[in-house]
Amino acid sequence: MSVDVKKIVLEIIEDVAPDEDLGGLNPAESLRDQLDLDSMDFLDIVMELRKRHKVEVPSEDYPRLATLDSCVEYLSPKFA
Amino acid sequence: MRKRIVITGVGLTSPIGNSLSEHRVNLLEGKSGIKETDVRYMGMLPAGLCDFDEFKHQKKKARRRGTRAGSISIYCANEALIDANIDINSIDKSNIGVFIGSTEHGNVETEEEIYQLHQNNLDTNLWSIHHNPRTVANSPAGEVTLNLGITGPHFCVGSACAGGNMGLIQGVQQILLGEVEAAICGGISESAQTFGIFAAFNSQGALGSHEDPAKACRPLSTDRNGIAISEGGCLFYIETLESALKRGAKIYGEVTGYAYNSDATDFVLPNTERQIECMNKAMNRAAKTNDQIDIISLHATGTSAGDINEMNAVKSVFEGTNVSVNFTKGHIGHCMGAAGSLELAGNLLAFEDGLVHQGINCTQIDPECDFAGLVLGSPKEKNIETILNNSFGMLGINSTVIIEKYKE
Repeated sequence: MSVDVKKIVLEIIEDVAPDEDLGGLNPAESLRDQLDLDSMDFLDIVMELRKRHKVEVPSEDYPRLATLDSCVEYLSPKFA
Repeated sequence: MRKRIVITGVGLTSPIGNSLSEHRVNLLEGKSGIKETDVRYMGMLPAGLCDFDEFKHQKKKARRRGTRAGSISIYCANEALIDANIDINSIDKSNIGVFIGSTEHGNVETEEEIYQLHQNNLDTNLWSIHHNPRTVANSPAGEVTLNLGITGPHFCVGSACAGGNMGLIQGVQQILLGEVEAAICGGISESAQTFGIFAAFNSQGALGSHEDPAKACRPLSTDRNGIAISEGGCLFYIETLESALKRGAKIYGEVTGYAYNSDATDFVLPNTERQIECMNKAMNRAAKTNDQIDIISLHATGTSAGDINEMNAVKSVFEGTNVSVNFTKGHIGHCMGAAGSLELAGNLLAFEDGLVHQGINCTQIDPECDFAGLVLGSPKEKNIETILNNSFGMLGINSTVIIEKYKE
């Protein structure tokens, strides 16, 4: 069964940034340009991926989490 | 001439109210906010919890990152500003300080982290990235500045259960020093949300109990058996009298005296002699004699040693006067770092309504604590001009604050 990586990422962002409306998110645009997210939030997202899904994101790969699309592209092999 | 400092705003949350008026009404009606509470690993125990709306003044993300102590502080700070009729965005935010007395903070979140650590095979790679900002010693005061955009100084006054008085005193001193023009100051506590404090007091044989949880804390009563652990917060907005008059602010009272000292005798047991010195020093600063104090608000925790030592101090200083003496922990339990400010706030409106609220749950006065001025059972009508508020803490820290009804 294929894993819905986009759904997983959105669930984590929803918990990390609970005040944000994720309804109109453009998946190709930078998450930071659309949401009130700072560096601590991204660390939180990385932590939740590790805690909930045992997925590791090394610090040099953090830029790969810039957009929702890039998150899916980068993380999908890790969920395969 | 020394600056005169007045209280012009009060923001609080206690087990019996989320505003000063609600807190006061329930004190006068003798209501207890102590209820059975499920404490991690320990089961149902009497405790005092607050039910304020955490998101009234704080975003969900900030709450998630922060602490229960910070959340209580943010609620109280915002409510104090509203009560003082201060629009934070229309004043110079660099001239306000935030000074918060606390027993401890960050323990709620740390206990949860340790619990989670054990659920995850002790994998420290899963330890929260928020642990450090949550537990640094300036944390709750810093959370308030972040919330309100205050750029003046902030810090916490680590002062155990004297925190409520000590935060207020620090605010007064910072204004007198000229560091700030106004301060948000007082005390807070998150203690009732942790199991550690219950377990520790239980091990010390100092955790109060009763078949009716509302009677778990019975200060000065022969059948008392310890404290009821509570959370809460009370922060005051204080400013110079000149500033308050200029903007036509409501003045709750003037801080005319304060003192603090150290027992240097025991980790937990109080010291009557040092308490006497503390009260006398505060009265000297306020230029008051013992017969000019109308209310003494006791620290009275409901432990035998604490109650007896404090009443010996009170008897030594006030025997033969007409002072009225009350206590608050029967109603709200021991709010630790918030106790001093909540207990002072609970008496502040006596300047207006002419009532000394009663202490509750003292069914049979301990002969060693008996004193003519004790107000028990029901409120006492009396013209109130001066309140003396005691607040003491572990490691032998004593504090006394004197508030006077504002007069020109």
